Amino acid sequence: MNFKHKFVFLFPGLFVLIGILIFPIIFTIRLSLSGWNSYTPEMNFIGITNYIRLFTDDPRFWESFFRLSFLSVTTVILQYVIGFALAMMVWREIKFKRFFRVIFLVPMMTTPVIMTVIWRTFFHESLGPVNDLLGGLGVKPILWLSDPVIAKFTVIIVEVWQWTPFMFLLLLAGLLSLPKEPFLAAAIDGASPFRKFVYVTFPLMAPISIGAIIIRLIEASKIMDTVFVLTSGGPGTATETSSFYIYIKGLREFQMGYAATLSFTYLVIMIISLTIIAKVLTKLMIKE
Amino acid sequence: MKTIKTCVTALISALLVFSPVAYADKWSDQFPHIKATGDIPGDCSYESMSKKNYKGKTLKINTHAVPVMGEPTALHAEQFAKLTGAKVDVTHTPAGDLYAKAMVPFQAGQAPYDIVFGFSNFINDWRRYLEPVPKKYVEMKQMKDVTPSHIGVASWDGVMYQFPVDGDRHYLKYRKDVIDNPEYQKKYKADTGKDLKVPTTWKEYGEMAAYFNDWDWDGDGEKEYGSAEVMKKDDLMYAAFYSRSAAYSKNPKTPGGFFFDLETMKPLINNPGFVEALTDWVEATKYVPPGGINFGLGDEIGSFGGGQTLFSFSWDDAFVAAMQPDSPINNKVGAAQLPGAMKVWNRKTNSWDEGFNQAPFFVWGWAVGVAKKSKEKEMAFDYLCFFANEANHQADIGIGRFGVNPFRNDDFKVDVWTQIGWDKDIAQSYVDTLAQMEQSKNRVFPLRVPGTFEFNAALATAAAKALAGQLSPQAALDEAAKQWEDILNRVGKDNVRKAYAVGVAMEDNKQ
Repeated sequence: MNFKHKFVFLFPGLFVLIGILIFPIIFTIRLSLSGWNSYTPEMNFIGITNYIRLFTDDPRFWESFFRLSFLSVTTVILQYVIGFALAMMVWREIKFKRFFRVIFLVPMMTTPVIMTVIWRTFFHESLGPVNDLLGGLGVKPILWLSDPVIAKFTVIIVEVWQWTPFMFLLLLAGLLSLPKEPFLAAAIDGASPFRKFVYVTFPLMAPISIGAIIIRLIEASKIMDTVFVLTSGGPGTATETSSFYIYIKGLREFQMGYAATLSFTYLVIMIISLTIIAKVLTKLMIKE
Repeated sequence: MKTIKTCVTALISALLVFSPVAYADKWSDQFPHIKATGDIPGDCSYESMSKKNYKGKTLKINTHAVPVMGEPTALHAEQFAKLTGAKVDVTHTPAGDLYAKAMVPFQAGQAPYDIVFGFSNFINDWRRYLEPVPKKYVEMKQMKDVTPSHIGVASWDGVMYQFPVDGDRHYLKYRKDVIDNPEYQKKYKADTGKDLKVPTTWKEYGEMAAYFNDWDWDGDGEKEYGSAEVMKKDDLMYAAFYSRSAAYSKNPKTPGGFFFDLETMKPLINNPGFVEALTDWVEATKYVPPGGINFGLGDEIGSFGGGQTLFSFSWDDAFVAAMQPDSPINNKVGAAQLPGAMKVWNRKTNSWDEGFNQAPFFVWGWAVGVAKKSKEKEMAFDYLCFFANEANHQADIGIGRFGVNPFRNDDFKVDVWTQIGWDKDIAQSYVDTLAQMEQSKNRVFPLRVPGTFEFNAALATAAAKALAGQLSPQAALDEAAKQWEDILNRVGKDNVRKAYAVGVAMEDNKQ
């Protein structure tokens, strides 16, 4: 087989890679250097004007970014803790183990947008069943969606409900693949369940935990559908995230060039921050 | 012979006299939607359309989601297909995506849809991609009945780009059974020292709404609230804010712009008039139902139409929904012009002009056009003409969820509404309200300039921050005004001024 034949085999994969990854990124960069919008419908060249605007005159983007950081870190931590607890529960020999394993996965199998519509109905302040139930217990209506602080936690509740099963699945797979010997040794030494968890289970699970956390952080940082359906970023801008803000600029206000600038900047920030987070987690969780 | 002649004459006369009825029976049997009127003869009637042959052709339409505008589009598409043999593909799109879904292919030089539905304030951005409505449709009888305001809304510089299918304005809706209730009038007087009546100012509106908030005033065992309003950011809330601002800021003594000063193009949205309106609106968050700060248009229609609130103001839909036979408050509602104010800001003297001021807001509404690049323009305009023919229009305006509202002079006749079960005095108050708005000389029309979306979104975000308590009304509107300046600089002041002048001419009664 000569050198050219190798290229024939490489070409399909390379073509797909260029088509679905490289080209969109290059196109986004080019678009970000243009002023394409509803009144200038062309890919003109305006240099780094959009980037200057972003870094000097758009506090809303940065606010939405920090809000996103809060929401994604909080939801992923909660998903990890709850997912780990559920995985530990069904890892053991308990009754109806298979049933619970399936039940815990149900939220992830549902369509996020439809489930968010249902959650929105639940949390509707005057017509929803949650406040009705609380009212029956003598609790005043809670402003689930219209109080700037509570609305953030409502988004967190929905996100945690929807995506904890994903964390559960990964962690359960990790637990099931762990070697039995360290646990037998710990049992012979008379280690308590707590010590077994801290000194055996958790360290052994660290690599898969880091992977699961990073995957969820990447997904959580793109949070859009929940915010779009549940609160539309409101009240005010209290639940507006970066992706929702980019959507508004691009597809609502039709500032295509500027939205591309936001998207590319966001991509760079996410690559850098997730790399740092992965390094820090590795340092904290994996002991040589 | 004489007997035969007499018989023939009688037969011909009978055919001539009863022919419209014969059509009506024939078509309403097939199409129950028009059973109340039957087919009404005209250029685009059922009878006329049945003579067209579009077999083998496909019409592609992008419209709003069901039911508002989406349902009548699909219904009339089905009817049109049956009558003409055409294949009609209808795509339903959420309101927030209508603009982009048409604009992306427009800018790429494609026409995936022959007909695109949107809002009338898209006109400036869309008109270069839309086919002007051909003369034969503009001169049709059904078009001659469209009110001048709505011809103006559908046109740009005298050229009609949008086919009128809907008429929109914001007005006040109230619970007649409460406001006209002598016991409540007595109680309100005793408790507040003021008269309970249809509010004529926003301050009165606020006082009454606050009084009738959070208690069961209709005896149904559930709490009712003061007002249902569109307060959800990015869900048309900017239109609600303009409605509340018009009375404080549209001064008939200072023509030349409501949103901008046309001479200098300085944004006016942070002047004391707008600030006063936003201050009132922040106060309103105390008398809306729980979660009312997140109400979109659908919530507002459901809330007022379902009997949850005393007041509401927005498009006709909530009123028509409330008047439908299955509504719990059928024939218990009234319509009136938007409240006014006892002072209005004068930007020339930089002071308040004392005295009553009221300004109707001809808010944008549903609009539809035919893509310039469409290969089926004739069929597309025929469809639109059929959509808005007299029989369909009369049936559509009586169904609240359709979102088709009055825009023809004939719609302002009481009989149209009493025929579908409205009480005569309610129908009268409704048509009077609409007619008074048409006659007003102090009207506000929607912003229709390049970058409209950016301007409205900036304002909505700022107003939403004020409603959520993130910023004070003045700070919020200062922020919006600063953003408007930035948008002006990006779009170009002269570009905006040129387009804005068209709307200002309508507001200043020069067109």
